[in-house]
Amino acid sequence: MNAYAMSASPVPDTHVVSDRLSKNAMRHASERVIEALLFAAAAVSVLTTVGIVYVLVSESIQFFASVSIVDFLTDTQWTPLFDDAHFGIMVLVSGTVVSSAVALAVAIPMGTVIAIYLSEFANPKVRELAKPILELLGGIPTIVFGYFALLIVTPLLQKIFPELPGFSLLSAGLVMGIMIVPYVASLSEDAMRAVPMSLREGSYAMGSTRLHTALHVVVPAAFSGLAASYILGISRAVGETMILAVAAGMQPNLTWNPMEPAATITSYIVQVALGDLPHGSIGYQTIFAAGLTLLLITLIFNILGQWLRRKFRENY
Amino acid sequence: MSSDQSTNPTFNQEKIRALIARGKLKDTLFAALGIICLGIGLVVIFALVADMAIKGFDRLNLDFFTNFASRRATQAGILSAWVGSLLVMLVTALTAVPLGVAAGLYLEEYAKRNWITEIIEINITNLAAVPSIVYGLLALGIFVYTFGFGQSILSAGLTLALLILPIVIVATREAIRAIPAMIREGSMAVGATRWQTCRYHIVPYAMPGILTGVIIGLARAIGETAPIITIGALTFIAFLPPVPFTEIGEGARAGLFDWVMSPFTVMPIQIFNWTSRPDPAFEVNAAAAGFVLMAMVLTMNAVAIWLRYKLRKNIKW
Amino acid sequence: MPTNVMPPLKAEARDLSFHYGEVRALKNINMPIYDKKVTALIGPSGCGKSTYLRSFNRMHDLYPGNRYEGEIRFYPDNTNLLSPDVDPIEVRMRVGMVFQKPNPFPKSIYENVAYGLRVRGEKNRRDLDGKVEQALRGAAIWDEVKDRLQDLATNLSGGQQQRLCIARALATDPELLLFDEPTSALDPIATGAIEELVHELKQRVTILIVTHNMQQAARVSDYTAYMYLGEMIEFGKTDDIFIKPQDKRTEDYITGRMG
Repeated sequence: MNAYAMSASPVPDTHVVSDRLSKNAMRHASERVIEALLFAAAAVSVLTTVGIVYVLVSESIQFFASVSIVDFLTDTQWTPLFDDAHFGIMVLVSGTVVSSAVALAVAIPMGTVIAIYLSEFANPKVRELAKPILELLGGIPTIVFGYFALLIVTPLLQKIFPELPGFSLLSAGLVMGIMIVPYVASLSEDAMRAVPMSLREGSYAMGSTRLHTALHVVVPAAFSGLAASYILGISRAVGETMILAVAAGMQPNLTWNPMEPAATITSYIVQVALGDLPHGSIGYQTIFAAGLTLLLITLIFNILGQWLRRKFRENY
Repeated sequence: MSSDQSTNPTFNQEKIRALIARGKLKDTLFAALGIICLGIGLVVIFALVADMAIKGFDRLNLDFFTNFASRRATQAGILSAWVGSLLVMLVTALTAVPLGVAAGLYLEEYAKRNWITEIIEINITNLAAVPSIVYGLLALGIFVYTFGFGQSILSAGLTLALLILPIVIVATREAIRAIPAMIREGSMAVGATRWQTCRYHIVPYAMPGILTGVIIGLARAIGETAPIITIGALTFIAFLPPVPFTEIGEGARAGLFDWVMSPFTVMPIQIFNWTSRPDPAFEVNAAAAGFVLMAMVLTMNAVAIWLRYKLRKNIKW
Repeated sequence: MPTNVMPPLKAEARDLSFHYGEVRALKNINMPIYDKKVTALIGPSGCGKSTYLRSFNRMHDLYPGNRYEGEIRFYPDNTNLLSPDVDPIEVRMRVGMVFQKPNPFPKSIYENVAYGLRVRGEKNRRDLDGKVEQALRGAAIWDEVKDRLQDLATNLSGGQQQRLCIARALATDPELLLFDEPTSALDPIATGAIEELVHELKQRVTILIVTHNMQQAARVSDYTAYMYLGEMIEFGKTDDIFIKPQDKRTEDYITGRMG
């Protein structure tokens, strides 16, 4: 009994001391105020999301009061500012889909090749040199890429395809692809570098070459990470605005042909914002309905990407 | 155990050597492909800068920086654009840096592991992937109309601040996470409160990392066009925001903060405006202005990359 | 060293030194590897036994700044495995390896075992099937996996994964098989299975095994080498090393006074 009490006594003692310390710390009112302020700062990000959803949804509700959702999704014309107004979002979606497809056809292969090269082939010096190049490329303002697409790439493409118009989804999409390469490359490389060295050694020990190891062991092991990087690339492409506004023309055009000019969801918003539509008009509300569509598309891809990334973290 | 090992039938040296040679050739070809792809990136940067420098060369003189936009290409300049960009960046930095650092501090040093923290974290990840034009729509609905800030420098600065907030928060958190626990414990051990520890130890040590993130964020913000067009910024501005305490006609003087409510334009919008004009003379202006913007952005990025490089070399805890 | 009649040599280290950058990790090692025998490498952590083992399949070539000196002669063709003229890939096609932690590829069980065969350009489905089965039988795991060859290998238990890795190495009929502490990540039952397997495998392949466990060395090996600080202190028949070590340092290690 006595021994038990002696051996047990230090435990409540330390408890009391740490309790007193923590109370002492919390006694300072200023500490509490500061914590509350810091929390408020962190909460701003949540408020931003709430604000985005509130603005888009509330304006869209008003929009859908005058336009039926069925028309919105099925109409094949987008002429919100004409007397005979049509609100077929598919027209804008088609431009977004085609330009994104062109961009991804560039960004995914190039980004993956660069990622494999940097992660499996390049020596540390080349890697140290290549990463800043990619970062700089990713940091170029999109308006400058737009200039590049319209005034450099389009004339070059017209030498190959003389029938290519001055504005086209192809030209904008190609440049958008170049813009997205750094994102895909850097996220893919991260995913591949997370593959344990022991897997590579296992492959090399079988007499495998670098490329064989990269393609048959590292890429499959990093697959969900690669997929996540592609999805981020998709959501970048879908949300990109200025390159399309400058180089793809802004006329609504339901087309699946990249050689044609067309408006996208984003470039339509820019076009409306450049004019002076009265606040509260149906034309004003269309850009929020278009924005909501855009947000939903990117949200789906983001959730998919995060799910994939979490899955690939669990692998090791 | 039936295989006959004495002659080792599977090891046919010539066949194997041919196989290895082929494999190595593929390795080399792939490495070349990798370098070509990287090279394309480098060529694009180089081509862009070179093209704009050459095309815009005639316009890149002092007048270009001190003239307002004009209907005549040769007389048009970027005065209102670069002043506007600078002022918008000022508002953005003054908003995003304190908010971002505070949020980062909270999440790393204060936040308990509960569902509120979880929501904030998921939120930040998601916000980083929201298209920038959506921020423009948010600002149009909230800042311009609900708060009544109008198409002002304040609206634009706040919009871009929200846009780069995730970048600043993530950079702050990474910088704080790199500080070893012993620094924190050492400070707490001598009786410092949590805030004192943050104020005198955590934030100063994390400063270079935070700064890197802030510069990258601002470099992104200065090139952003879509959200600013969305809030309805004008493309043709031939005046500057009022300088504090100067005369603005009829004996009235500008207040200290009048400029934040002023209409404005920024560099990317000026470039967009010139790029979309059919007259090729404006293409020269667009090139010159693009060159100036690229110089700003690339310099900021280069500083950030250099800072990070220095940081990685100097860390010796 | 014992001087009685020796079995034929499979490999021989001659004056082998190895440098990680400026660090000299192996110092003038001379040692025979006898054909169709199990040779164990023992010694305290950091003594260079894994470094030595990984020289036999030129694993160090994967990382920059590493340098070999001396030779590893490989018989019957008397090739110097470390010669700059010899392609490390060719070496690895002759010398198999099993790692400390099981490292199956994120592929099916079948594709794991077929991996080395595919690397060697084997495409004939029937040949592949036969060799995969033979290798899985050789690694004593066939009965456990024969009904689920298309399942993901990473879903197997740790002991099964390690036997799968052995099957993967066996599938290409290596002349020398390297084991780098193959049981350190396994439970005692799985360890027993691997040890039994090593014992059986020496009928068909020469084995070099690094182990941190002296009882394991005593159980599975015919020859044992004791290494310390990058040097080969003593080499001999396992019984001799464990019963009457010649060197004081070996004796200290074996009797548990050091290590």
